Amino acid sequence: MKKKLLSVLLSTAMVAALATGCGSSEEATASTEDTATEAAASEDTAEEAPAASGELIKVGIINNDPNESGYRTANDKDLKAMFTEENGYDASFAYSLKNDEQITAAQKFIQDGVDYLLLSAADTAGWDSVLQDAQDAGVRVILFDRTIDADESLYEASIVSDMDKEGETAVNWLKEQGLSEYKIIHLQGVMGSAAQQGRSGALDAAVASDGWTLVTQQTAEWNAEKAQQIVQSVIDSGESFNVIYAENDDMAKGAVAALDKANISHGVGKDVIVMGFDCNKWALEELLAQNWNYDGQCNPFQASYIDEVIKKLEAGETISEKVIIMDEKGFDAETITQDDVNIYGI
Amino acid sequence: MQTNEAKKSSASSFFMKIVKNQCFIPLATLLLLAVFNLIADPSFFKISLGYNSAGNPVLSGFLITILDSGSELAILAIGMTLVTAATGGQDISVGAAIAISGSVLLRVLCGTNSRPETLQAPIIVAFLVSCVVAMLFGAFNGVLVAYFKIQPMIATLILYTAGRSIAAWINNNELPVISEPSFTYFGEFIPGIPIPTPFFIAVACMIIIGIVLKVTNLKLFTQAVGINESSSRLNGLNPAFIKVLSFVILGLCVAVVGLIKVSRISTINYSVIAKDIEMDAILAVALGGNALSGGKFNMAASIIGAYVIQFLTTTLYKFNVQSDALPAYKAIVVILLVVISAPTVREAFSSMTKKLKVKEVA
Repeated sequence: MKKKLLSVLLSTAMVAALATGCGSSEEATASTEDTATEAAASEDTAEEAPAASGELIKVGIINNDPNESGYRTANDKDLKAMFTEENGYDASFAYSLKNDEQITAAQKFIQDGVDYLLLSAADTAGWDSVLQDAQDAGVRVILFDRTIDADESLYEASIVSDMDKEGETAVNWLKEQGLSEYKIIHLQGVMGSAAQQGRSGALDAAVASDGWTLVTQQTAEWNAEKAQQIVQSVIDSGESFNVIYAENDDMAKGAVAALDKANISHGVGKDVIVMGFDCNKWALEELLAQNWNYDGQCNPFQASYIDEVIKKLEAGETISEKVIIMDEKGFDAETITQDDVNIYGI
Repeated sequence: MQTNEAKKSSASSFFMKIVKNQCFIPLATLLLLAVFNLIADPSFFKISLGYNSAGNPVLSGFLITILDSGSELAILAIGMTLVTAATGGQDISVGAAIAISGSVLLRVLCGTNSRPETLQAPIIVAFLVSCVVAMLFGAFNGVLVAYFKIQPMIATLILYTAGRSIAAWINNNELPVISEPSFTYFGEFIPGIPIPTPFFIAVACMIIIGIVLKVTNLKLFTQAVGINESSSRLNGLNPAFIKVLSFVILGLCVAVVGLIKVSRISTINYSVIAKDIEMDAILAVALGGNALSGGKFNMAASIIGAYVIQFLTTTLYKFNVQSDALPAYKAIVVILLVVISAPTVREAFSSMTKKLKVKEVA
């Protein structure tokens, strides 16, 4: 009996330990609460001194956890830099990777009476009722980075990346290289993700229409080590190839490690063309050093677009096209500059 | 007539001895895979001497790739075998622990700047620090298992869940990149030596653990604790200490693999580094015919098991099997092997052969 009690106690302790163990999400909840109180606090100050800060536009920003990826960190930094008091904003932030926590944060922001709700939803579903509440309360909603499955009337604008276009830009660049033959190693991201589908789709279409050869088409799941093994395997089997199309920078790096090992030259004017995506700073530096050939951007800098939309709405204009697709560049190693690395590197 | 009979029986007993040896199953699998590749495409075995982009001689070929990538797994298999034997459970936090030790390594090497021009500390110092950290995390797992009597798989689930976040915190979620060429020696090649360094590191680990098992009582004590904890306590052993020790040794193995992994690409990606490697390490132990419920173990069989897994992976890559379908193929092969090498099946098999023998005599 005693033993049983002990084991029950231990398992409770364990669950508690596990709960604290789930680092990022727990932290995210905590920060949600923090920001909620912060939001309340800032409301107080706003009420106390309406004359001084009456012009400030109150925005509530709900984002995914900035620790999720380099992309998200850059995204968060960009938003924080834009929505400051100097720029006329009174911003509160809430972070979570979980939809229900994000919805709770949204309700809180609506109660706090924000003017704008900026949302990068963790999940596409489940937002209808809370967005309806927002509309009833006169809070205007702007989506960024991710779309949701809700009626278009519920939000003012949606600022997103077009993954298909990212793929097309890259493939068009590859076409322009005018190689006599295209023998491609295609390293895919996690199958089914939006980025993978967009970036693979364009290449698959070009392979079908232009008669390019895929030496191998494998998913390395965004993982450098897996990419290295896959490319190593192609090298070991003695097949020839002249293009590496990796759907993110990490996989391109893994591929290049395998090339270096086998003394296969890569980069501008060399045997193998190396292509990556995401524009990590270190990757753009590889471009600058001409070790890689191309890097496609997945633009995390939505803040200026959001700012523009809010300015328009404040001026009483209407947004005619609700879905706003951001400009996304593709960098060519021959034309990239140090400034590009500094500005666009994430 | 009689001599002939005797010869026959000695031959069959010799054969039985081989079959009964724990190394038989992994070795036979290795042979089977080798024969399969020989028939399918003999170029699998081609090894060529070339030069890498730095102008150093390197050997390349599928076999070299197996030696290279399999070595990480072999090192982990050493620690995992001890943990399995002592506790009758497995550590599933190995991948996360590799992320942590790799992160610590880079943190010490880079200091506060994530893109240093020069290393901020000698590599050996950084490695020793990462060893200490990895062993501490091992001890944490060990204490949960040995003193709090939590199932090993559940106890290590904590670190499995939290480890990669911890790894990210250590470097403030930045991705340090090291440009120092000598740092790549551990995961690739030392200039002038055409064999991949991880293989030498693995061999060094094997020699060390071989000596330790031979000279000290570690093997005896570990097995005693694994077979019967209370009777080993009655015989004057401290089972809790032995269990913690096994986790600490695994922690050391983790730090070594962390060094190799980080050195390979000179950077780290917290969420994907050494992903699912714990499963392969456990498989290596199982393939070696060791009982996953603890007790007796055979280190050599586990190490061969590790190379068998890499042999299989490389073979599947060679035949262009979709890499996301790869685990499924692995699973089929592994289920077969584990069932064959399971102690119960082996017992049934040996009792069956005994019966046959009895019949023959009759």
